[in-house]
Amino acid sequence: MQSKLCNSHHTFRLSAIAATLSLMAAVSTGANAADNGKYRIGVVTFLSGAAAGPFGVPAANSAKLLVEALNNGKVPAPYGKKGINGLEIEMVLLDENGGATKQTEEFRNLVQRQKVDAVIGYISSGDCLAIAPAAEELGVPTIFFDCGTSKVFEVVKNPKYLFRTGLDSVVDNIAAAHYVAEARPNVKTIASIQQNYAWGQEAWADFALAFSRIKPESKVVSEQWPKLGQGQYGAEISALSVSNPDLIHSSFWGGDMEALMLQGGARGLFDKKTVVLTAGETGMEHFKGQVANGTILGGRGPFGAFSPKNALNDWFRPAFIAQFKESPTYPAYKMAQAILGLKAAAEKGAKAGAMPTADQVVQGLAGLSYEAPSGTVNMARTKGHQAVQSVSFGEYQFDAKSGKATLTKVKTYAGECVMPPDGTAPADWIKAGFPGAKCN
Amino acid sequence: MSLRKFFASPTEPALLLAAAVFAAGAWVMPAWLAFLLTLALAKALVVLGVVIQMRAGLVSFGQALFYCIGGYGVGLASQYLGVGDAFALLALGTVAATLMALACGWLLTRYREIFYAMLTLALSMILYGVLVKSSALGSTDGFNVSPPSFLGWVPEGDARKRTLYLLTVFAAGAVALGFHRFMVSSLGRVTEAVRENEIRVEYLGLSPQRMLFANYVLAACVSGLGGGLTALASGHIDPDMAIWTTSGEFVFIAILGGTGHVVAPFIGAIVFSVLRTFAIQEAPNTWQMTLGITLLALILFLPKGLWSLVDRSKPEVSA
Amino acid sequence: MTTLLAILIDGAIYASWLFLVAAGMTIIYGVMRVLNMAHGSFYAIGAYSAASLVSWYFSGEHGGPYWSLLILPACAIVAGAIIGLAIEQGLLRFLRGSDEILMVIVTYALLLILEDATKLIWGVNPYFAYQPYKLLGQTAFGAHLRFANYDLMLIGVAIVIGLLAWAALNRTNKGRLLRAVIHDREIAIAMGVNVNAMFAATFAIGAILGALAGALTAPAISVSPGIGVEVIVLAFAVIVVGGLGSIGGAAAGAVLVGLSRSFAVHIAPEIELFVIYGVMFLVLAIRPQGLFGQTLARRI
Repeated sequence: MQSKLCNSHHTFRLSAIAATLSLMAAVSTGANAADNGKYRIGVVTFLSGAAAGPFGVPAANSAKLLVEALNNGKVPAPYGKKGINGLEIEMVLLDENGGATKQTEEFRNLVQRQKVDAVIGYISSGDCLAIAPAAEELGVPTIFFDCGTSKVFEVVKNPKYLFRTGLDSVVDNIAAAHYVAEARPNVKTIASIQQNYAWGQEAWADFALAFSRIKPESKVVSEQWPKLGQGQYGAEISALSVSNPDLIHSSFWGGDMEALMLQGGARGLFDKKTVVLTAGETGMEHFKGQVANGTILGGRGPFGAFSPKNALNDWFRPAFIAQFKESPTYPAYKMAQAILGLKAAAEKGAKAGAMPTADQVVQGLAGLSYEAPSGTVNMARTKGHQAVQSVSFGEYQFDAKSGKATLTKVKTYAGECVMPPDGTAPADWIKAGFPGAKCN
Repeated sequence: MSLRKFFASPTEPALLLAAAVFAAGAWVMPAWLAFLLTLALAKALVVLGVVIQMRAGLVSFGQALFYCIGGYGVGLASQYLGVGDAFALLALGTVAATLMALACGWLLTRYREIFYAMLTLALSMILYGVLVKSSALGSTDGFNVSPPSFLGWVPEGDARKRTLYLLTVFAAGAVALGFHRFMVSSLGRVTEAVRENEIRVEYLGLSPQRMLFANYVLAACVSGLGGGLTALASGHIDPDMAIWTTSGEFVFIAILGGTGHVVAPFIGAIVFSVLRTFAIQEAPNTWQMTLGITLLALILFLPKGLWSLVDRSKPEVSA
Repeated sequence: MTTLLAILIDGAIYASWLFLVAAGMTIIYGVMRVLNMAHGSFYAIGAYSAASLVSWYFSGEHGGPYWSLLILPACAIVAGAIIGLAIEQGLLRFLRGSDEILMVIVTYALLLILEDATKLIWGVNPYFAYQPYKLLGQTAFGAHLRFANYDLMLIGVAIVIGLLAWAALNRTNKGRLLRAVIHDREIAIAMGVNVNAMFAATFAIGAILGALAGALTAPAISVSPGIGVEVIVLAFAVIVVGGLGSIGGAAAGAVLVGLSRSFAVHIAPEIELFVIYGVMFLVLAIRPQGLFGQTLARRI
């Protein structure tokens, strides 16, 4: 190799590396420090992909609504203080799409580069499990508002900074099993159609186990496992039709759920059968006449159409409809209660007008009981880091004349009835027959 | 032994110098930057696997297969075999990926062009399907990888991420050096000949398939290492590591950096990470479009990748 | 017995859908040697346009419901032609003759762009056009099994399109010219065939077919972001199995994949997730160029 060419090669290479490093530096200094007297919250939820429409965007909208309303002091008592503890709230919104590895990177960016004071977010269970250790490591108050995996507090056994203000999917399915047993006592055969990934696999495992415990004489006649996002269920519907169950359980959500209802309805799958949709509340406004009256819907808690009447809900629901032209579904409610929980915790510990520290926030939130549009939220499990709330199921009724959908025969199951106690694995608790459950 | 004889070409001391600069930066740069670079350099190793095959004239749309096997090898060994040492874990992940390549490579290297791309894609999607189906492995949630120890020493706090960063820089430097040696070796040179005209290589008495097979296994080995490092750094593995859009990302970075020099994938990976973080932050609703437009612009105006900007002095390709 | 019937009919319906999706892609590859990853976006655009138009049609009193069945293909033809010509004339024309793999990457970039473009135009909320789906009623096979006549109609549509394509290629002059171009582009140019116009027309037709598949599927599904990306890999598998560039191959591939999948869902659900890739692997291992693919001569 001639030395002349090689020397210029040297220089070019080194200059390329230097250029890259200075690009990095430029990007890092471009980020604002959060020492601007505002309370900065990072909100991470799906803004693209299949989960954006049913979950991510309603949640993001709810966050925008809450932050704006809080900054203007418009939220009813006890949240009348401006922003958080008198400080204006600044929100950084991030897309949760792209996979868990990327989300861990973005989480660190949020905390270390953009210096947020708290993080609220995460719908996907995979993202929650990946972020959980990082939240503890970086010492930033992190609230999981929606993810349904029961393993969050197995991965982080003694949380200090990590909280979940929503319920996991185990309680949905235990409550569903109770509801079906009470509302459809003659069900003998059940079938399943779930999206073939963690959410669907766990939902069916929990429901089948719980139902077989409550009604041991029942039998599973068919299990269908289409791919997530498959959209067309011709073969699955045929298989379900042929097996002729009394009840079909599905944890489908979003476009898949609506497609299933449409295709199944057109093929008479739901004639003389009951369907349980554990995430069905998000589709209530879209179903119209396509879904049979009597379909059992769940909302993962007292949210959306299941929400109670209280001052906060009387403000939240009309404000959301006015701004976003659609009713708030359960992701919107869950985001709202995460933000309100953060506010309540921060204001409990800090002196008025001062910037709440991370330790003040986590001490305030642990074990807190606070009000939200969905009712009272008790942070009562996992040493005060996991919320306890009731779960409701009801039957869908559509009035063709008025075009309105309502829920009838609503039954609510208290948290103490359907949540396994701390330290007990859900499967073990179900198999043992729900010992210690306090149902009314 | 004089220094001149020790290095195969002046590229090598430059590589070592660059690695040293990156390593020294560990104490100076902000933590989020070190983490970004750790993931970027680990990804660059996988991209290097794609580049190795591209130099042979084959585009692999399924390199994520080995990335995923490397990651899951580390994760499973840590979780179920109780292996705690970072070096042992990485070795296990890399060996797993290499074994897979040895098993499939001979069949795959019978194909060229589109069929090769599609078959590699199919293999990676089969792994994806198997992982998603397996609820024992956590299905789409995957599982976490506990922080490793380094030959007995367990770092705490800041030192933990810093040590992983240094490990990644060290691995990247070693692989870059090794790959550079490979490129200037006879096997490396013949591989390029295979890309140009396979039949003539046959006339020379060599077996192109054997060359391609060697390249395939080498690429898998390096990609498995990249996957293992990612698993250790991010602390989490899931089946998305095997999905075809992940492979698409590796191909994107390969094009971004170019195939002309061993450093190109590393530069490409770093630029891509910065680009993507920026795109997500500034345009959370259109970051995919931003990436797509960038890719198109690259292909139209910079077909040899970013490296061609740096490399204007060299009139011809390679090494 | 009912299960066997279900497997066959489900397989036929799914195969028809696969054929409709894959036909456009294989035509484009056969003529232009471009493996169009953005084909999924054509499908999505066809579905979104059809859904928007059909919901508009039914929201007011615009006429009898059966006309909606004609809106679907009309939508597809217009949307497909516009987007196909725009892409071919605006971008692909400048990259003619490029390496095949490079074109795959170019179309991948296009896919990313179009994904976000459809999201910007139509938003993230789902669109529905369910009225046509129920219009044609049901047919019962046995006590429990019922199929929507709309799905059965799809089988007919696929057969008609397949026959039209075959007739166009084998019985018309333009078709013969196209086959000449497929066989050997250079000689065709040398013979004076207007290859540029053929390319533009072919890409437009491929886009129209993709959009048609989307438009015809729209009444049965919820049209939401991401439906385009889902179909790409399926379409690849089908045309690679059948032989790239061959319509007959696409049909054979669709039937093979469709029946395998239907069989898997009813009888062996454990392998359902990867039966498609398994079939692709098996076929390529035995016959590397696909069932009906041309064996490529090695050029020195």
